[in-house]
Amino acid sequence: MIPSATLFGLAGAALVGIGLYGFLAHAHLLRRLLSFNVLGSGVFLMFGAAAWRSPWIGADAVPHALIITGIVVKLAGSALAIALLVQLARATRRAALPEDEGRPP
Amino acid sequence: MTTLLLSLPVALPLLAALLAVAASRQAAGLAMATGFLVLGLSVWLAFEVAAAGPITIALGGWEAPLGIVLRADGLGAGFLVVSAMVMAVVLVAAQPSFEDQGQESRAGFAFWPLALLLFAGLNTAFLSRDLFNLFVALELLTLSAIALVAIEGKAGSVTAALRYMVFALLGSVLFLLGAALAYAAHATLDIGLLAQVELGWPMAAALALMTMGLAIKTALFPFHAWLPPAHAGAPAPASAMLSALVPKASFVILLRLWFDLAPELASPLLLAVLGGLGAVAVIHGSLLAIGQDRLKLIIAYSTVAQLGYLFLVFPLAGGAGGAQPWSAGAWTAASFHAFAHMLAKAAMFLAAGLFLRAVGHDRLEGLRGLARAMPIACFAFGLSAISLMGLPLSGGFTAKYLLLTSAFASGQWGWGLVLVAGGLLAAIYLFRPLNLMFSKEGAAASLTPVPRWEQVLPLLLALAAVLLGLFSAGPFAFLQIGRPGAAAEGLLP
Repeated sequence: MIPSATLFGLAGAALVGIGLYGFLAHAHLLRRLLSFNVLGSGVFLMFGAAAWRSPWIGADAVPHALIITGIVVKLAGSALAIALLVQLARATRRAALPEDEGRPP
Repeated sequence: MTTLLLSLPVALPLLAALLAVAASRQAAGLAMATGFLVLGLSVWLAFEVAAAGPITIALGGWEAPLGIVLRADGLGAGFLVVSAMVMAVVLVAAQPSFEDQGQESRAGFAFWPLALLLFAGLNTAFLSRDLFNLFVALELLTLSAIALVAIEGKAGSVTAALRYMVFALLGSVLFLLGAALAYAAHATLDIGLLAQVELGWPMAAALALMTMGLAIKTALFPFHAWLPPAHAGAPAPASAMLSALVPKASFVILLRLWFDLAPELASPLLLAVLGGLGAVAVIHGSLLAIGQDRLKLIIAYSTVAQLGYLFLVFPLAGGAGGAQPWSAGAWTAASFHAFAHMLAKAAMFLAAGLFLRAVGHDRLEGLRGLARAMPIACFAFGLSAISLMGLPLSGGFTAKYLLLTSAFASGQWGWGLVLVAGGLLAAIYLFRPLNLMFSKEGAAASLTPVPRWEQVLPLLLALAAVLLGLFSAGPFAFLQIGRPGAAAEGLLP
């Protein structure tokens, strides 16, 4: 049987892959931002799984503290990105960078 | 006392940023006072480091691995002092554009807290020894930098800010993923502790991710596309901070990762790739700078080229065998180059901002004959150009001289050619604006007058860039304090 920490780690790695693909493949900035959040969640999940390093002492609390800090940082970054995106959409009626125009959304 | 000296450069700007939001009418004065206070503290700290060697403190009494360690060595304290110098001058220069003059403006309200947050992030990045703390510092730095790009809210600068955001988000998540892997493998994030343990392939993977993330944030070729529009689109004082200071933080972390943390994991391929991308950045950035018709874009593309030089430190200081007696010289030269670029580039952007205000636009033909109307600002621009080209006696020259010596002495001629070619190309792209400025005929009749004290500010920074070359022995010796062993022995066995 696979230990649950490994399972969580693998799920995190899969999320990183999905998020990275979405981030690079899409042109619409809102989609890219959402993909980025999936990617970030994958990193946090992997980090959390790494806390369960030795079953006989239980979970390490440090990654948990760092993940909470990381989530706050990601939240701030996403908020700024959304604010800029709204401003871009108001000013230009577009939601993609000029060089990505014409790519699938 | 040393605890305060190390923690105040981080804490004061953070505190001032909060106060600047609460008391927005006094924000300008508060920010300038913070700038000079932190400059004073940094200089004091540098004297302490020079007298007693590297200073390490554990915040709150919690030692690593549980707590966070701040450490001021020659490299960290040196960057702290030079960036505080730039910051103090830039904050004073920003006062006429952003001070609250009764009518509430969005840019005037947001500029001061953002600049102070950027300052705090920068100082944390120079002093911290903890990978996660470095991640938070980089995020603070980058997010405030992005907000500064978009501060005027014009469609062009918002687009530039979003492009910056796309690159920066990817860079930061790669760095975080690397830090998570490092913790998973070794249960610590402290650079000092990680340097002492036997590192294997998990750490190599972590370093690969972190290096890539940091290269994106330092705008290394081919990740530089975000830089020129963002730096050229921001208001001049913000451009000065973005171009002179922000990319240096990620570069210092890169230096610490490879020279402090894991010199044994470096390979000839890695050194060649980092050096090669740096060399391409030098040539590519300079060629693009030659093709620009707007002054701020020329200066921004020049930043791409100048950041490229920094990466030559990897093959030159890290190289094997024959390079070793010259390694420490090349390692120090990278910091020297960064210092000279910080001072000269900030001076150049501040001068460009004054030209823009006087002429009303920053197309090159507007500069014709400007030296008669604004002699001080034009002289400042000329002096900083001398340092960027690496002409003798300037800080840029000392850096290039050290890099060239180590390239030729160790038989790595190729890197030497890049250095020479980069200097020539810089002379070409800076000749056009200089030639127009100092031309005899034609002077714009309707110039907006710019007060003399504002023109003196870029001159101060440009003079500092030149003095760095004239009095290079002191800073050179200072940078050796707490120098990692790998900086002298090379990264390769």
